[in-house]
Amino acid sequence: MSEAVRKRSWSARFVVLIPYAWLLVLFLAPFAIVLKISLSQTAMAQPPYLPVLDLAAGWQGLKDFIAQLSFDSYAMLGSDWLYILSYLKSLEVAFVSTVILLLIGYPMAYGIARSPRAWQPLLVMLVVLPFWTSFLIRVYAWVNILQRDGLLNTLLLNLHIIDQPAAWLASDTAIYIGVVYSYLPFMVLPLYATLEKMDESLLEAAADLGSPRWKAFWQVTVPLSLPGIAAGALLCFIPICGEFVIPDLLGGSDTQMIGQTLWTEFFANRDWPVASAIAVALLVLLLVPIMVYERLQRRAIEGAR
Amino acid sequence: MRRLSLFNITVVALGLAFLYLPIAILVIYSFNASRLVTIWGGWSLTWYRALLQDEAMLQAAWASLRIAALSATAATLLGTLSAVTLTRFGAFRGRLLFSSMVYAPLVMPEVITGLSLLLLFVALGVDRGFWTVAAAHTTLTMCFVTVIVHSRLVSFDRSLEEAAMDLGCPPLKTFLTVTLPLIAPAIAAGWMLAFSLSLDDLVIASFTTGPGATTLPIRIYSEVRLGVKPEVNAICTLMIAFVAVATIISSLLTKRGAVRRARDTTLGAAV
Repeated sequence: MSEAVRKRSWSARFVVLIPYAWLLVLFLAPFAIVLKISLSQTAMAQPPYLPVLDLAAGWQGLKDFIAQLSFDSYAMLGSDWLYILSYLKSLEVAFVSTVILLLIGYPMAYGIARSPRAWQPLLVMLVVLPFWTSFLIRVYAWVNILQRDGLLNTLLLNLHIIDQPAAWLASDTAIYIGVVYSYLPFMVLPLYATLEKMDESLLEAAADLGSPRWKAFWQVTVPLSLPGIAAGALLCFIPICGEFVIPDLLGGSDTQMIGQTLWTEFFANRDWPVASAIAVALLVLLLVPIMVYERLQRRAIEGAR
Repeated sequence: MRRLSLFNITVVALGLAFLYLPIAILVIYSFNASRLVTIWGGWSLTWYRALLQDEAMLQAAWASLRIAALSATAATLLGTLSAVTLTRFGAFRGRLLFSSMVYAPLVMPEVITGLSLLLLFVALGVDRGFWTVAAAHTTLTMCFVTVIVHSRLVSFDRSLEEAAMDLGCPPLKTFLTVTLPLIAPAIAAGWMLAFSLSLDDLVIASFTTGPGATTLPIRIYSEVRLGVKPEVNAICTLMIAFVAVATIISSLLTKRGAVRRARDTTLGAAV
């Protein structure tokens, strides 16, 4: 294979060039634009924005551009409690949900990895299948259950556990239920992948040396599954931070996550510079976990080779 | 070691019940005769009939299907090329940037991707609608295709390719006659995943669409915000059935290997 590659034929370059160019134009360039607009001031309700980057003026144009950049949008993020609270709310929801997901997902993944080999593909398939059905539908399914005259209240009333309908919908509880429900496959699959690969003779060795099962689990299984725990946690934590659909459909109106705030700034208030600044700040906030995730991913790919 | 402990059975059964019960309830209530969503009024197809007359919903569904087919096809082409690049080209200048750009959209919050793409389209002065949503979906889903095809490319026996080359087969022909048939199931799985992701997407479509191109999730979302409606239960059930049938067909086509790959690919690849 390397023969042909070393030659770097014209056609080989072409293979790289197409997806590379696509991603540069539709993935990287957009972020540059977001960054630029976040540093602009609204000239009218819609673009154009000030300052304008005048590339034709060369170096002077660039200097003028930098001199005129506005940090107003960022100042607003730092001074208005609305924004600060939504960032904190997002982090809180993402953190608590990730912990709950680990508590539910780990035993599930463990149970699947320890079930008979012949069953495992089916069980994994059953976990993956909901991931293929619409996210929106799965969140909406909970509206049916959690609303005031919904099934959960009907059930609890009939069982005489509660005597009047509780407001499940429009609460933080509903957000947590929705998030945990939607992201469970993202947690179970990476955990299963590491647990399934684990060398069971290590547990036998621990048992032979007199370690009780719970201790072997804690001292052998859990440390060996740390890569899976990290991958699952990151895979859930990062997108939950920017979640929009779940808090909007299931959450209350008094608390907002940052994804909703961005959405409102953009669509309702039409303040594009502030919406862009929110996006940039969220990205900076998530940069650390995203880079950790990337590193794990690259190591896994190199390990697979 | 591999025995069925009561604990394992209980945990897995409870977990699966949690995953499937809400969907099952939704499906059952879509056949409810009563207009009140939570009161059971007997079995009926009323809401499916109502759906057939809902012109706006049908149009949105048709737009969604076309966008999904187009973007899944483009994403499969681009994603396969990316996967080949990542596995077969070794080190090249800009490789790090390339692999970062390939994997970043997988974890990027959708609101950020959506906003940035919209601002790009505004900056370029493109009219928003069908094509901008399709392009946005292509960018998002090509990353998933790359992961799926990539995991297949690293796992198969490279000596087959080398044998073809040693016998004098040119690289392009080797790829088409040896590599491509071997990775075809992964490419098919990638297309299906891209298709269903595009069909599913609400946030990015909302940002990148314009007047005249409403997708099904956008339409459903605007209905759902006004409260639960039995028609929505019906359309959701149809979408679930569609996905279930597609998944069963694809797993029959690729047999047991598909499950393994679906696992490696969708999410397990993270490890």
